[in-house]
Amino acid sequence: MIKITKHKKIWFGLSIVLMVLAVAFLFVFGLKPGIDFTGGSIMELEYKEARPSNQEILEKLKDFDLGTIYVQPTGEKGMIIRMKDISEQTHQEILGVLSQETQMIPGQEGEMEMQINITDLEEIRFESIGPTIGRELRDKTNIVAIAALLSMIIYIALAFRKIKRPLKSWQYGIASVIALFHDILIPLGAFAVLGKLYNVEITIPVITALLAVLGYSINNTVVVFDRIRENLLKRGESFEDTVDISISQTLSRQINTSLTTLFVAGAIFFLGGATLHYFSLALMLGILAGTYSSIFLAGNLLVAWYSLKRK
Amino acid sequence: MKNRLYLYFILILLLAFVAGNLAYPKYIKGVFGNFPDIPFKLGLDLQGGTHLIYKADLSNVEKENYSTAMEGLRDIIERRINMFGVAEPIVQTQQAQGQHRLVVELAGVTDPGQAIEMIGQTPFLEFRTQKPEQETQDILAKREEIQGKSQEEIEQIENWELAFEDPYFKPTELTGKYLEKAELAFDPNTSDPIILLQFDKEGSAIFERITQENTGKILAIYIDGLRISTPVVQEKIAGGQARITGDFNVEEAKDLARNLNAGALPVPIELISQQSVGPTLGAVSLAESLKAGIVGFFLVILFLIIFYRFPGFLASLSLAVYIAVILSLFKLIPVTLTLAGIGGFILSIGMAVDANILIFSRFREELKQEKSFSVALTEGFRRSWPSIRDGNITTLIVALILFGLGTSFIKGFAFTLSIGILISMFSAIFITRNLMNLCVGTKLETIKWLWK
Repeated sequence: MIKITKHKKIWFGLSIVLMVLAVAFLFVFGLKPGIDFTGGSIMELEYKEARPSNQEILEKLKDFDLGTIYVQPTGEKGMIIRMKDISEQTHQEILGVLSQETQMIPGQEGEMEMQINITDLEEIRFESIGPTIGRELRDKTNIVAIAALLSMIIYIALAFRKIKRPLKSWQYGIASVIALFHDILIPLGAFAVLGKLYNVEITIPVITALLAVLGYSINNTVVVFDRIRENLLKRGESFEDTVDISISQTLSRQINTSLTTLFVAGAIFFLGGATLHYFSLALMLGILAGTYSSIFLAGNLLVAWYSLKRK
Repeated sequence: MKNRLYLYFILILLLAFVAGNLAYPKYIKGVFGNFPDIPFKLGLDLQGGTHLIYKADLSNVEKENYSTAMEGLRDIIERRINMFGVAEPIVQTQQAQGQHRLVVELAGVTDPGQAIEMIGQTPFLEFRTQKPEQETQDILAKREEIQGKSQEEIEQIENWELAFEDPYFKPTELTGKYLEKAELAFDPNTSDPIILLQFDKEGSAIFERITQENTGKILAIYIDGLRISTPVVQEKIAGGQARITGDFNVEEAKDLARNLNAGALPVPIELISQQSVGPTLGAVSLAESLKAGIVGFFLVILFLIIFYRFPGFLASLSLAVYIAVILSLFKLIPVTLTLAGIGGFILSIGMAVDANILIFSRFREELKQEKSFSVALTEGFRRSWPSIRDGNITTLIVALILFGLGTSFIKGFAFTLSIGILISMFSAIFITRNLMNLCVGTKLETIKWLWK
């Protein structure tokens, strides 16, 4: 049996440090919402020949009213351009400008002559989202996140309603919700850092992944609490020991299920392409945090609460 | 007892066979030619296409007519898109944030710009009457005057604007607004394609008046500012029927009639969101996500077999059946597969084994307590059930709530994840369990290293 409750201060400490860091990052850096939420447009181009430099592209777009423009090379010949939301007409004009290549070549008498070539490029993706749609999604996401959280709390309270001793069923609910916050907060903190360093944005896929982590995290905690419930009914050990036994018994399941899920999420991360890249990253971070919290946090929270009550 | 097990086993084999061949019918097609070969339905992000959201401006419409106006708008745009030849276009009205919207999904469109242009385009039909001879002369004279002059010089000339007017015809109030319907017909004498127009009541009255006033003169028909035909009015026409003859072939006449029927949009629209994915990116996304799925699947199988040995192998079999069943369901329902949906499906592979893992962990614990193989098996399944149930219900609840968010990305993910969870419970509880039960009382049971 592994005595996890014995060193609960270390495990709490680690979680608290990570959570404080995450909150600090969220406050200092903030999250970078993607155009799904703010409105804006994103254009992904693939050049047939060599792609122009970021500077050349910015130069070509300077006559348009596009807000702040981010240009980011991708793959070997790809280019991603982000700007404010634009009309279809502007979109076509930009495509026209970008596919023209002006070249200064030395002409007669030492003068420079301008030569216009047509660069072969393919637009492989274009999104332009108006601010209303963005606001609407933001509202919807908030509602869904709150609804998901609430339903989890209610579910836990119902699932553990038969437990009366030594803790009340709602206390199990609160403990699992704390674990849940932990599991969501840490990936969010990581995305704040990624946003600062690599301009990684919070998009719909990332939000989806985090909401999936929500269910996954509760799932993990429920497995541990279920075992505690079962062991409480048939064994006579102290509450600490019961928790330790339950965690040890479920340990291999927790690790193995996390591993299999990490395998598939990792496969999506490395092979699944750009759209699902940060989706799977958010999943992996959430799964890691969730596994940690279900082993080291959830049970210890119950024990801590229990000893607080006894004092 | 044993007999029922064999029956279940046969059922599982049958299910695996049917689902496997539905999911991947290439081989069975060689034997049974008429085995159904249902293709996967791919979403816009995987086959390329464009997703448009238009905002309708209903400020000039009475509140009680909103839904009629939106339906009219939808029908017209649907007709225009159908002319464009898009397979299974989706045009839906939607109400959100106090706005009335029109959502248009066009799969496989390679040039979204062209599609957008076409949706917004209105064929403008008008009838113009001849100008008085004097006016025509004036304009033509003015035109001659400005010949070869630059813009600045032209602007010096008196009444220079006159030169840019139509010298021969002037607009009337009769336009496509009064059109009831247009249809393709053929001239009984020449068999040339013609277009028959039927005006509504108001239009008929105007037409009657115009034809009366212009008997013997030309009444020109313009579409989008282009002169299509210049018939001479023989007599006053009552009843509101007109015909357009012109220099067009059957195909062009058909398009024109359809365009005229499609008519003007009842309310102005504004494009507020556009998401277009080129077919190249779609194909790349599909290939990449498939690769990720296959690699993920093999990693999971490898892990299961190394860690759980024979039960792991059995679980891998049931995972394979699980995948075949899910893919068949995707085809049969049919589920529109998006990248998010595939993401949810791949994730469900990882989660599907969770139930198996819970059962095996429990089964091993029971074996360690020196219980007999069959007792350990029964207990393992029985005791792991509450955890499997609770765990899956939480994920299902979240998936259902996600479904309520409504964006297509999230819906696709939530839907495939939900199906995945349900089928995975079935595969663990029914398939894995029966495969394990088959081993009870056989030689396999006595080989300890297979199970521990």
